[in-house]
Amino acid sequence: MFQFSSEQFRLKVGLAEMLKGGVIMDVTNAEQAKIAEDAGASAVMALERVPSDIRKEGGVARMANIEIMEAIMKTVHIPVMAKARIGHFMEARVLEALGVDFIDESEVLTPADEEHHIDKSDFKVPFVCGARNLGEALRRIGEGAAMIRTKGEAGSGNIVEAVRHMRTIIREMKQLTVLGKEELAREAKNLQAPLELVEWVARHGTLPVPNFSAGGIATPADAALVMQLGAEAVFVGSGIFKSSDPANRANAIVMAAKNYNNPEKLLEASRSLGTAMPGLEISKIPEGELLQTRGW
Amino acid sequence: MKKVGVLSLQGDFAAHGAALERAGAVPVYVRERSQLGEIDGLILPGGESTTMLKLLRYENLFDDLAEFGRRKPMFGTCAGAILMARDVTNPAQESLGLMDIVVERNAYGRQVDSRVVDLDPAPEFEKRTAPGKLEAVFIRAPIIRRAGDGIHVLAEYAGDPVLIEQGRHLVTTFHPELTKDARVHCLFLEKL
Repeated sequence: MFQFSSEQFRLKVGLAEMLKGGVIMDVTNAEQAKIAEDAGASAVMALERVPSDIRKEGGVARMANIEIMEAIMKTVHIPVMAKARIGHFMEARVLEALGVDFIDESEVLTPADEEHHIDKSDFKVPFVCGARNLGEALRRIGEGAAMIRTKGEAGSGNIVEAVRHMRTIIREMKQLTVLGKEELAREAKNLQAPLELVEWVARHGTLPVPNFSAGGIATPADAALVMQLGAEAVFVGSGIFKSSDPANRANAIVMAAKNYNNPEKLLEASRSLGTAMPGLEISKIPEGELLQTRGW
Repeated sequence: MKKVGVLSLQGDFAAHGAALERAGAVPVYVRERSQLGEIDGLILPGGESTTMLKLLRYENLFDDLAEFGRRKPMFGTCAGAILMARDVTNPAQESLGLMDIVVERNAYGRQVDSRVVDLDPAPEFEKRTAPGKLEAVFIRAPIIRRAGDGIHVLAEYAGDPVLIEQGRHLVTTFHPELTKDARVHCLFLEKL
């Protein structure tokens, strides 16, 4: 039985609620974390290399260096998130012991287990996980995730995959709301998701946890686009610190997340930003190098 | 019917909207200065106080909110309490100065120190609302380190005031909007 009402789950989802309407920014050192906080980030994500560098340099991408994460935690007063490899529950235990506020079990790092995700319900620290569709989102929630984000295609600077994933999740949720009980059982089978979570979504038309977007957001308009499609907050990875003017762009994306409904203010936020990060066409990325197909 | 605004720049404003509905009021999600003229009271939700400050400045809302608070009731939870305080520590930051309190941010520690507790509210709180324990959800919560003489304490946790009022204003360091119990929101509605 899924414990929606358990104290732990409510505290985890509670922190996710506090991050709504905000921007969570990838940072690789304390100096960047400070720039992010000063720009109005609602949280920072500590990692060793931003996704576009992981893509370029290759090799095994792991949890970030402890000293760097500690320096970030000492420097900023907003929540600090950190990434653990898919299935690497011991990296997650180390991050929990360190006291990070949220763990991203992330496809951006090299998976440690190709068949199992972390049993997240067993942790005190909340987890966020990526998803490309409703089935994937509900499987992660079933394992204890307190927040879902689209996977998009990290480090690509291309919003097309995040849009696809957000539209898919929202459409699949809408479809469930019109089905009868016996049809929901069949849908649970198709989605490969726990029936009680499928029934919950059918009743409410939303996920039981906050639904954020990540993977390819590079401009204020990108952030506004995914918010329009139903994202409740955004993650920006390489998009800020791989642009020509990180502080300004970080600030502009914070303004865009709040003003996603107001084109005049979006125009204002989009002025004088310098150059965005370089982008990649998804079809030019070799299939084996796609990050979104990691995890199941 | 009185209209209650929820400041909707960032944070759990949707949870406050749902809590207001449970308490029998209609929420107005306030994103622009012009909306302040339509409402009888305003809730400052939980979220990140530094993000909200940044957006208040960007939207030229900071001085308007301080002015609104000198005329109309305001209710701040967690980050909202930090924004309404006279002084803020850990670190020091700007605030609206509507409540005579000194607030320390993240005073219980990090997320792993967040907690749900059952409080025994002051008898006066129960008399003005309904009897019973008060479930309090603390998430990376602040602590009220000093409260002026004008502050009226309606609930404490571990010796610190966590539900207080001063004149027309109400403040909690916890999140009543994340529970089914609508009494704190009802208490605020009484002030309108």
